[in-house]
Parts: sequence; structure tokens; C-alpha cells
Amino acid sequence: MALEQAQAAANKKLALKLVWIIAGALLFAFALVPLYDVICSVTGLNGKTKNTAESAAKAVVDLKREVTVQFVSSVMPGLGWNFYPKQSSVVVHPGQVTTVMFEAKNITNVEVAGQAIPSVTPGKASAHLKKIECFCFVRQTLKPGEVKALPLRFFVSAELPKDVQEMTLSYSFFPASQ
Amino acid sequence: MSTTTVAHHDEHHDDHPTGIMRWLTTTNHKDIGTMYLTFSLVMFLVGGSMILGIRAELFKPGLQLMNPEFFNQLIGVHALIMIFAALMPAATGFANWMLPLQIGAPDMALPRLNNWGFWILPPSAILLTLPFTLALFGVGDGALATGWTFYPPLSVQGGIGVDFAIFAVHLLGISSVLGSINIIVTIYNMRAPGMTLMKMPMFAWGWLITAFLLIATIPVLAGAVTMLLTDRHFGTHFFDAAGGGDPIMFQHLFWFFGHPEVYILLLPVWGFIPQILQTFSRKPMYGYKAQVYSLWAIGALAVVVWAHHFFTAGMPVPALLYFMYSTMAISLPLAVLFYCWIRTMWKGSMSFETPMLFTVGWIILFGIGGLTGLVLADVAADAQYHNSYFVVAHFHYTLFAGGIMGIMAGVYYWLPKMTGHMYNEKLGKTHFWLTAISFNVTFIPQFFVGLAGMPRRIPDYALQFAEFNMISTVGAFVLGLSQLLFVYIIISCVKGGKKATDKVWEGAQGLEWTLPSPPPYHSFTEQPVVK
Repeated sequence: MALEQAQAAANKKLALKLVWIIAGALLFAFALVPLYDVICSVTGLNGKTKNTAESAAKAVVDLKREVTVQFVSSVMPGLGWNFYPKQSSVVVHPGQVTTVMFEAKNITNVEVAGQAIPSVTPGKASAHLKKIECFCFVRQTLKPGEVKALPLRFFVSAELPKDVQEMTLSYSFFPASQ
Repeated sequence: MSTTTVAHHDEHHDDHPTGIMRWLTTTNHKDIGTMYLTFSLVMFLVGGSMILGIRAELFKPGLQLMNPEFFNQLIGVHALIMIFAALMPAATGFANWMLPLQIGAPDMALPRLNNWGFWILPPSAILLTLPFTLALFGVGDGALATGWTFYPPLSVQGGIGVDFAIFAVHLLGISSVLGSINIIVTIYNMRAPGMTLMKMPMFAWGWLITAFLLIATIPVLAGAVTMLLTDRHFGTHFFDAAGGGDPIMFQHLFWFFGHPEVYILLLPVWGFIPQILQTFSRKPMYGYKAQVYSLWAIGALAVVVWAHHFFTAGMPVPALLYFMYSTMAISLPLAVLFYCWIRTMWKGSMSFETPMLFTVGWIILFGIGGLTGLVLADVAADAQYHNSYFVVAHFHYTLFAGGIMGIMAGVYYWLPKMTGHMYNEKLGKTHFWLTAISFNVTFIPQFFVGLAGMPRRIPDYALQFAEFNMISTVGAFVLGLSQLLFVYIIISCVKGGKKATDKVWEGAQGLEWTLPSPPPYHSFTEQPVVK
């Protein structure tokens, strides 16, 4: 009997140790969320760009090189807007500050706010697209039927990897609460 | 008559409540194993009839039988049921029945936990399928319609079926984690004196690694679906790009669990397949150590290759290359295993009873599953094959042939031991040939339509795929109906039949064959000594 009790105690001890592994794995799952963001913003994986203003003073213009920047737009379900870039692409020199225009129209009869989320392809170019001024920095609110011109001032940094000749900037407008 | 005789009687005989209370309250590993296996068989038929609905719809192009929403629901629930309610409980059932017998233990280490682990399963199966019934009464819009992978944003927008599935996954996860704790503790603490780790039966090794994979990855799935739940109802933005989240992150979390899950389904089978091979080849298994190390290598690689499930979601080239090479590296230890399995048969004095037929068929068909997996692991090729029927055919070769046909081999191998009767050999062989042939008739055409570009999870298709889909549907119905024969064979074997000997098979090796057939309710109360 003593032997059986010792066995039961040993079983319980090992089982509790395994419960700690399970708790650790659960914690790990939630720790992956901030970890994922850190990895993406450090490496530019997944086309995440910084949504904050850069200073144009840092720009060194490289006239010998040309880069094509294409624009893509989409509106997510739940937001009754038309949204498109006024030009499908521009050719710029690295460092050259450029302004491009997007346009949004509220086609519903209620006032709604939207938030534009950018993404850049290829991923390795995403860190080199520097925005000076962008409609995506803040929420945009449109009255019923209102048309709004949305400017973006940006430059491509001269450190852009040499093999990147084309990059695509995509904006998705999501519905945002007021 | 003295009291001592009564006490003696209590200790050593099948003293347990009868009727339903026996099964509700049992802590006996054989009872619980039987319940797991029965549950698995029932859910196998439920999940199977769902996919027959899908195949009936796909018999002809165009929409005939169901609307696309219902089609999507059947697909997702079919997968969840087959993975979590059919394959995993079958493997756990074998673990409960056979591990204590194989390692000379009186029972599982934590019998009450064991009872719990099982009785969580039926409620979760009900949770998973209840939305179908609710929809009939006008509540909600049916079951999970996102496919079993729950990808957001679709799963964030989905109806109550998603919530039901999330809670079902929580429960199923708790059940398998409890089962895993029990198995690890049993293997570490309850082995017969003298049975060192490197003398354990291969089935114990397969399950030990499976159990470690389960406790490391199921919590990650539980976390991911919990985040999904809070995104749906409590205003979090884990996977919502508008709020700073990222839907791709869900794919990483999901497949961090999802890829090891493949090996969770297969490793127990890789454990008992060599035992069946040595039995019917009448010689010891080849390369015991090599097999153990290969199992560990696969277990370790399983958790670092997950992103090959979504190569097309967009990843930088170095990441693509890493996931491609590491995925392909898994084929090396797997090739060692195949070599050992074939070498075990080599120059053996082989006979082909039903378990051996299933095992040899398993090696060939699972081999096809493995090789087509190598094709999919190729980043350049995967861009074409991703989300096509080629993928569907590939994972059914690994999970139906490699998983379920392996389980069937195990059922025929151990059924005489569990019931004390021989099954009908002639019917068993018929079942094998029907299953193996109709399985290939079902899935070989899917390789071709997949290569030609037919996408999966779509209820309609282009006209040029019509013939192949027709063949595939005919195969699926033969495959499905053949399983009724399987059910009949099992039931008639439980009810009666030729008395099985203790050893059952001439070449059987291992402790479970030293016990009577069927083994007494309490076995190995005195642990055997292994030399």
C-alpha cells in the first residue's frame, strides 16, 4: 500500500509539472502577438509601414536612379465609400519629395469615419517609403455625399535596395468608430 | 465464509456498477479505451456522411442539392470532426487500452482525469454540430462556414456557428491535453520493472512524442481561437487591420498548432505499425533505435515548419526558403522510418491477415501522401497548387490512408485481444480491398483536377472537371458504404466468433499478448519483470 501511495504522489507531481508546460504554452501564444509586431516592424515583413510623419530634410536626392511607385486602393465591407488614387503610378528619384492625390466619396446618406491602412510590396521596400504628410495619419470623416481630396506627400529613401525598381503602396479604408 | 474472502473477491474481480453508471463513472483504462474507440467510430461515420453530401453536390457542375453556405459548413465541420473527434480519440483509445498492457502497468496513472478527458468529448461534438439543428429552427445561420482553419476576417464576420466551433475547440483541446498528461505520466512512472525507455514498445514512443507535441501546441490553438472570440465580441483587434492587428498573424498562430497536429495524428500510428509488421513478418523490427531517433527528429522539426501552409500569403524570400528547406528536411527521418518498415518485412516469413494487408497498403498509400507533400513544399510549385484539389488529395493520402487506414490496421490487430473473439477474416479482407481501391478511385482524380487548377472549398466548378469529379464521387460513395461493413465486422466480433488464443497471432511480440483474450478487468496488478 505504501508503494501505491508513493506511486500516486509521484504521478501527481509529474502531472503538475506538465500543467506548467501547458500554462507556458498558453502564455507563449499570447506573447506571440507583440513578438509578431516587433518582428514585422523591425524587418518590414508583411509590408507594414510606419504611420508617422518623417522630415523631408533627411532626403538625399539621387537623380541617377528612378523608381516606379504604384498605388492601389480598396474599401473594406461596411464602409459605403468610393476611394481611388487619382494617378495609378508615379516615377520618382529616390529622395525627391512628391505629392499624390487620392479621392474618397461617401455614397451613403449618413456621416461615417474611415481609417486608411497602408501596406507596401515588396516587404523589403516598406521601410524606405517615407511619408511626410498623409491622410492615413488620422481618421477621415465624410458627410453624406461629400467628396474629399486626400493628399499624400512622400519620398523614397536613397537607401532603397538596388534591385527594387518598382514598389506598390496599397491603402485599404476600414470603417472606424467616431 | 469469512470476510477475507469477500474482500479478496472485491479486489480481484470485475466489480463495477452496471448499466449506464458503469460507463459514466468508470476509471478503468479498458472501459475508457472502449468508449474512446466507440465515440471515434460514431464520429467517423458522422463526418463521413457530411463529406458524402459534399461529393453528391460535386457529382455534377452547377448547384443541385444545397446552397453554397451549407456546402461551406459541411466542409469545415467534416474536417473538425474527422481530426478532433474521429482520428485523435481513436489514437487516445488505443493508448488507453494498450499502453498499460504493453508496458505492464495495472492502469493509467491518473484514472479520474482519464474519465474526465473522455466525457468532455461528447458535449464538444454536440457543440460542433448543434448549429445545424438550430438553423432548422430558425436560430442562427448554421455551423462554422469558414473551413476548419477559422481564417479571419471571414471568421470574425461569421455567424454563431463560429462561436460554437470556438467553444468546441476549447473543450476538445482540454480533453486531448488531459489525455496527454495522463499518457506522459503513465509512460514515465508506470513501466514494469526492468523496462527501460529504450526497451519500450514503439507504440509507447510514438505516443510519448505525440503527447509532448499536444501539450506544447494545443494551448497555442486555444489562445488563437480565444483571441478570435474577443475580436468577435469584445472589441479587441488582434486580427483586425483597422485596429492595428493583422489577419496574417492568425495564420501563423493557427499553423504553429496546425502543422504539429499532422504529426499528432500520425505518430501513434507510426508507433504500432512496426509492431504489426514484426508480428506478421515473424522477426523483430528492424532499426529500433533509428526509429526512435527519427520519431524525435520529426517531432522536433514539426514545430518549426508551419509557414509552408501559407506560402502564398506573402513572405520575404529568405523566409520562404527557410520554410521550404526545413519542410523538405522532414522527409529525411521519414525516409529512415520507411526504410525500417520495409526492412522489417525483408526476408521475413510473411503472411497477409487483414491487419497486415492494411499495413502494407498503408505503407504504399502513405508513401504517395509523403511524396506529394514534397511537391507542395516546393515554394515555386506551391504557388500553382495552393488551395487546389491537389492539396485535398495530398492530405487525404496522409490522413485517410496514413491516419485512418493505419487505425484500421490497429483495430484488426488488437480486436481479438480486446474482445476475445476472432473477427471474420474473409469480411476483413473484403473490407480492406474495398477501402483501398475506392480510396484511390476517390482521390487520384483529385490530383488531376487539382493540377488542372480546380480550387477547393467551392461548390461549383468548370465543365472540364466534370468527368474526374464524377469518378471521385462514385469512389467516395463506395468508400463510405464500405465502412458499414467495417462496423458490421466489429459488432459481430464483439458479439461472438471463434475464440481467440492469448497470443492471437503466431508472431506476436510484447506483454499484451501474455494476458488472456480478453484480458481480465484488472490486469498486471502484479507488475511483470522485463529482462
